[in-house]
Amino acid sequence: MRIGVVTFPGSLDDRDAARAIEHAGGVAVALWHGSDNLKEVDAVVLPGGFSYGDYLRCGAIARFAPIMSSIIIAAEHGFPVLGICNGFQVLCEAHLLPGALTRNHGLHFLCRDQRLRIENNTTMWTSGFEMNQEIIIPLKNGEGSFQCDDETLNTLEDEGRVIARYLGDDPNGSRNLIAGITNARGNVVGLMPHPEHAIESLTGPSADGLTFFTSILHQLVGRS
Amino acid sequence: MAKIVVEVMLKPEILDPQGQAVGSALPRLGFTFATSVRQGKRFEIEMIGEPSEVQLADIHKAAETLLSNPVIETYVVKVEK
Repeated sequence: MRIGVVTFPGSLDDRDAARAIEHAGGVAVALWHGSDNLKEVDAVVLPGGFSYGDYLRCGAIARFAPIMSSIIIAAEHGFPVLGICNGFQVLCEAHLLPGALTRNHGLHFLCRDQRLRIENNTTMWTSGFEMNQEIIIPLKNGEGSFQCDDETLNTLEDEGRVIARYLGDDPNGSRNLIAGITNARGNVVGLMPHPEHAIESLTGPSADGLTFFTSILHQLVGRS
Repeated sequence: MAKIVVEVMLKPEILDPQGQAVGSALPRLGFTFATSVRQGKRFEIEMIGEPSEVQLADIHKAAETLLSNPVIETYVVKVEK
C-alpha cells in the first residue's frame, strides 16, 4: 500500500512520517506541494512543520498549494488523509475539518510527551486502537489551541468525532481538551500531537503512535 | 493610486492570549488606562486607480478566503485615497 507524504516549504516531519509508514509495513511516497500529482497513492499524510513559514496563519498559504487542490477533491470522495500538527492546521484552513488552531493559551511553544485518550476507533486512522485507550506521544507546537463555535463543538461531541483528548494538565486551552478530530465520514483525521515520533521505544516515549499507521494499512488492505 | 486597508481581528469570543499579554504589560509600564487589549492584523494593499465594484467584490473575496479565517476572525475593508 502506498501512502503519500506531502512536503511543503517549511515541512519538518515529512521524513519521520515516511519512516513511520515504512515501519508499519507500507510504502512511503514523497509528494511535492508544487505539483497536483498524487502519484496514485492510497492515502496521504500532511506532516508537521511550519509550511510557508506559517506566515499569515498556520496552514493558510499551504492550503492553496497545487497538491492541496487534488487532496481536497479526493478527500471529499473518501480518500484517507491524516494531518499531523501543521497538517491538522492545513486541513482546518482547507475546510476539510471544522474549527481552527490558535495560539496556545500560555503563549509558549510546548514540547513534551503528552498523554491522550483515544475516543473514536472507527476512523480509517484509529481503527487499531481500543476504545478509550490511553497513549503517550510527543506534543510540540505553538498554535495548538483548538477553537470552534458552540454549534460545531456540540456536533463534534454528539457525533463522536473527537478522536483524541488531552489527559492531565491542559496544554493549550483547546475547547473540551480536544487533541484530534475526524470528519463525518472518518477518512480525514487531524491530530495536534505527533504519532510519527512515537513508533519505537528507542527514540520515542512509546510505540503508541505506530497504531495510526498500521490502522490505515489494515483499512486499505481490507478494502482492496 | 488607491490603498486598500484590510483589518482582521479575532472574533470577540476567541481567546486572544497575545492581546492579554500586551494588556498585562501596560500597567507594568505605568499605563493604567486599559481594561482590555486585543491584537489584530492590518494589510495595506496598493492598486492603480480606484477599485471598481467588481474589484471591490474581489477584495472582499480575498479578505474572506486568504487574509482572514472566518471561523475565528472578522475583517473590515477600507479604501484610502
